[in-house]
Order: sequence, then C-alpha cells, then structure tokens
Amino acid sequence: MRNFFATRLGTWTGFAAAALVLFGLAPLVLSGFRLGLLAQFTCYAIVAVGIGLAWGRGGMLTLGQGVFFGMGAYLMAMHLKMADAEFRNGPGAVPDFMELAGIRELPAYWAPFSSPVFTIAAILVLPTAFAVVLGLAVFKRRVKGAYFAILSQALAGAFAILLIGQQSLGGFNGLSRFRYFFGYNLDDPVNQQMLYFIAAGVLLVVVAIALQLRRSRYGELLVAVRDAEERVRFLGYDAANIKVVAYATAALFASVAGAIFVPVVGIISPASIGIVPSIMFILGVAIGGRASLVGPVVGALAVAWAQTALSEQFPSAWTYAQGLLFILVIALLPGGIASVAALTKRFQRTPAPVEAAA
Amino acid sequence: MDLFIGQLFTGLSTGSILLLAALGLSLTFGQMGVINMAHGEFIMAGCYTAYVTQQVVGDAGVSLLIALPIGFLVGGIMGWVLEALLIRHLYHRPLDTLLVTFGVGLVLQQVARDVFGAPAVNVTVPEFLRGGVDLLGTTVPKTRLFIMGLAIVAVTAVTLVLRFTPAGRRIRAVVGNRDLAETAGISSRTVDAGTFFIGSGLAGVAGVALTLIGSTSPTTGQSYLVDAFLVVVAGGLGRIKGAVVAAIALGTFQAVFETYSTASLAKVGVFVVIVVFLQLRPQGLFTLRTRSLA
Repeated sequence: MRNFFATRLGTWTGFAAAALVLFGLAPLVLSGFRLGLLAQFTCYAIVAVGIGLAWGRGGMLTLGQGVFFGMGAYLMAMHLKMADAEFRNGPGAVPDFMELAGIRELPAYWAPFSSPVFTIAAILVLPTAFAVVLGLAVFKRRVKGAYFAILSQALAGAFAILLIGQQSLGGFNGLSRFRYFFGYNLDDPVNQQMLYFIAAGVLLVVVAIALQLRRSRYGELLVAVRDAEERVRFLGYDAANIKVVAYATAALFASVAGAIFVPVVGIISPASIGIVPSIMFILGVAIGGRASLVGPVVGALAVAWAQTALSEQFPSAWTYAQGLLFILVIALLPGGIASVAALTKRFQRTPAPVEAAA
Repeated sequence: MDLFIGQLFTGLSTGSILLLAALGLSLTFGQMGVINMAHGEFIMAGCYTAYVTQQVVGDAGVSLLIALPIGFLVGGIMGWVLEALLIRHLYHRPLDTLLVTFGVGLVLQQVARDVFGAPAVNVTVPEFLRGGVDLLGTTVPKTRLFIMGLAIVAVTAVTLVLRFTPAGRRIRAVVGNRDLAETAGISSRTVDAGTFFIGSGLAGVAGVALTLIGSTSPTTGQSYLVDAFLVVVAGGLGRIKGAVVAAIALGTFQAVFETYSTASLAKVGVFVVIVVFLQLRPQGLFTLRTRSLA
C-alpha cells in the first residue's frame, strides 16, 4: 500500500483527526491552566511550520524568526494597550506604562493602533513586507547559506536591542497586563478557551497552507533550489524569487503566531524575541524533522512542553538537555523523528520512499 | 578636533576588541568555512581563565601575563577537542555545524554557570594599566591601549605564521584547494585540527584581554559573537586583512554613530550598513578568487 497520508482521502483524514484532538479531546481532558499552556505551545508550533518551510524545504536557516514573531506580538500588544487605555480614560488616552514612564503625549505612531482593523492588517502586512524587502536584498545578491544564517541572527540581535531602547514600547520590560481582547475580558476562562481555539484553528490553516505549497509546482521548485540552486538558475528560474516566497511565508506565520501569543500569555518583552529565543524556535523543528510537514509541529509542542515541565524544577539540567539535544539530533539524526520510520525501512532493505528523504 | 580624535580612538579601541574576537573566527570560519557558535564560549573560557589565574597567583600584573598564554592553551584545547569529536564529521554540512556548535555553547555556558555562578565576576586590573595616557589632547585609558597593542601583536603573529612557516603554508594550501593539497602529500585532517587549535586559542586570548574592560559572566562570549561574525562576513572569507579593515571600520562607525544617537540605534545602524554593503560586494571586502560556483 502506498503512503495513506499522501492520498487525498488520507489528507482529509489527517486534518479531521487533528481537529478532533485539538478541538474535541484537548478541552475535555485539560484544565483551563493547561489549555492556556497548550495555546502558548501552539503559537510556537505555528512558527515552527514556517521554519520547516523556509529551512527544511528551502534550505534557508532563518535564525531570526523572533523578529517577525516579535513584530506581530508588539503590533497586537500596542492595540491591546490602546484599547485598555481608551476603555478607562476615553479616546486619546495614554497607556498605563507610559504614564509610569512619564510620557504624557501619545506618540504619533501609536495612534492608528486604536483601530482593530488597522492592527490586524498591520500584523499581516508589515512583517511580510519587511521579509520581502530584506529577502530580495539578500537573495538577489546571492547571499546564502552561512552568510544568510548569520545575517538573520544579527537581525534578531539588533531588533531586540532596538526594542530595549524604546521607552515608548516598554523598553526592557516590554508590554504586559492586558485586560481586553477586542472587547472580550481576558480574565474570563471562557475567553481564554476561545483564544486556544483561535490558536488551534490558525495552526490547522497554517499547516494546510504549507501542505498546499509543498504539493504544488512551487514546492518542487523550492526543494530544487535547496538541493541544487545553480541548476535551477540554469533552467531559467529566478532562485531568489522562489526563496523570497518561502521566507516571507515563514515571516507571516511567525507574525500571526506572535499576535496570538500576546493575549494568551499576557506579556511580550525583548527577552522573548532576541537571538537565543530565535534559535530555540529551531530546536523543535530539528527534533521533529525539518523537511516533514507534521514533524516541526510535533517537535515544537514537545520541546515547549518539556521546557515547561523541566525548566522550573531543574533549570540547570534542562539547559544541558537543550544543548545535548541540539548536538545529538542534528549530528546523528538530521532528518529528525520523522526520518526514523524511513531509517528502519532502509534497515529492512526495502527501498525508502522518496518523500521521506531529508 | 579634540572630539574627532577622541572618537577616532574610541573607534580604534572598539575595533580592536572586535578584531581580537573576530581574528580566531576568520581562521575557523573564513579559512575552513566552519561556523563555530561555541567560539563565544571559548572567549568566555578565556575570561574565566584570567579570573582563576588571578585567584591563584594573586598579583594582578603577573597573573595577566601568565593568563594570556594559558588562555590560548585553554581555548585551543577546547577547540581542538570540539573539532575532533564533532566538527570533523560535519564538514559537508555547514549549517548543521552552526546548530551543533550552538548546542555545545549552551552546554559550556551552563557549565560556567554551575562552576562559577551566574553573577558576573571581576578581574582586578593591574597597577600599570590603571589610569590614562594623554595622547594628542585626549585621555586614552591604558587598558584600551593595551588591547590595541595586543590586537596588533595577534594580527602580526597570525600573518607571519601563515606566510612564513611551513605550517602556515600548509594551511594556505588547504584553503586554496583541498584536493590538490592532499595530492601534494599534505594531511588536510592534521591541518584542520591545527587551524582550529590556533583559531580557538585566539578566542581564549581575546577573553583574557576582555576582562580588563568588563566583568565576566557565563553569557559574556555570546555578546561578542554576533559582532565578530559580522566582521568576518563584511571582511570577506579567508582574509585576515579583510577582518582587520572591517573590524576597524565597524568599530569606528559604531563609535561615531553612538555619539550622535544611542547605543541601541548604533547596533541597528551597523546591521543596515552591512546589508547595504553586501549589496555592493556580496563576497565581502577582500575576496579569495575561486572558480567554485557555490
């Protein structure tokens, strides 16, 4: 039998099963607190799907996804802060943290964010446009591989430092203490559950987009660029454009994840989007299997869960575990967990399916 | 005029710090194409070497002079072990090397945290490096002058070794064309190990020097690493002279930019300048001409 999940029926079955688990099973068995955690992990999983596309399929190691995650998060946080301030003190009010910092006038760039429509449009458009511009600048000049990885990492560092310097964005402490999410009280457990459903729904949509991209002609081209960029160029394609699409899509996913992350967790600060958090996004993708579709999701959920479960009780041991996971998984199992099945098949001396090759 | 000279010195000194951190990288990343994210932790190991040496020896001046060669050995041996255990098996997967060595860096940071504690420690600056010197109307701290001098010595030493010793000739041969070098009877494996030893040792030396101008914590190395990588990228792979020019240019740029705006904007400015610069010269300042398509 051919791989069942590669067929149309199999795809729908897979999505239906995932939806059943996320929307049916999880709210039944998990307490409100744990459901909130799952919503947070789901945000990481959404980022991971994007990284899987850019890195696993496109070969672009983006060490700066925290930038796009942070953009989405800060844009959303600005709107929530504005809405809270207007709810308390009427239109044109200054958010509470600015009052504490001694800022009496609302900065001009904050004003449009009192509009929910503008905010959502900005979350979707701004990071994507930034990724397109940066991607064109970098890929058109054929900056790639290690150079790109280092540039993207430097970008994450510069972005975090820039934010720390901005008092009108909360500086080092970031933005926190949100009361309402588009008019819904965030302290209400029902609304928290709603947020989880939004996160889970977005995850399914994002996976569906990634799947469509993989199965399209574009997906083939992307893998071709990863494996033999020069050959694709000789065939008449512009490799840079192909890369930019994957990079911008990954940026969009990360931005949306950041925007959901803010109301779920209730805080965003430069510490959660700098160099180290950005590279941590990679860990889950690597463990799950960078080139597979579901691998990054599973890996990201597993890493986030392990971090929550272990890091408070054994902070030292968890850091060692993280480091060793990076070393062992990438050195010994570059295809991640998703490649284990293919490896065992090879062991039984039957030809491995082409799809599973990392 | 005084302001200008003052800024020039700040730039030169920031540049020489960058250069010390980047010199080892320009050997391992530039010459061998290996991205070693644990390089920052080798710098951190150098810092702690200076700290421990001072605890043992006591006298600040003597311990600094002893710590420099010990730092070189500590960094070098760590790099040599890393090359032998991990990097050697990953030469054909450069991006994976990056992630694996990041994992190594995480482990090393945690080791430092468990051994020395998370709070920063300080190394006493020796008597003869305290205070400043009046130069062309501005006062320059002696520690900064010492670091500039050390950077000059290190660059000169590396250049001389690469150019005039048999070992350096072998390194250049392997960088130029690995297959041809092997055909000529050079063991590229030995050369790789040696290059990595020297490059990582330089990180240790940089770490010892950095204790003079700042405190040491487990994350010290990380803060220098990204800037050091940018220096190597902007300077061009495989070129010591590129690293020198790029380090001084970036240091000066950052110092001047900081005077007219803030330190955080200066970091962003450096990033923008490098992206724009790579538009003009995607291969960096000085390029090693090859016929490879990659």
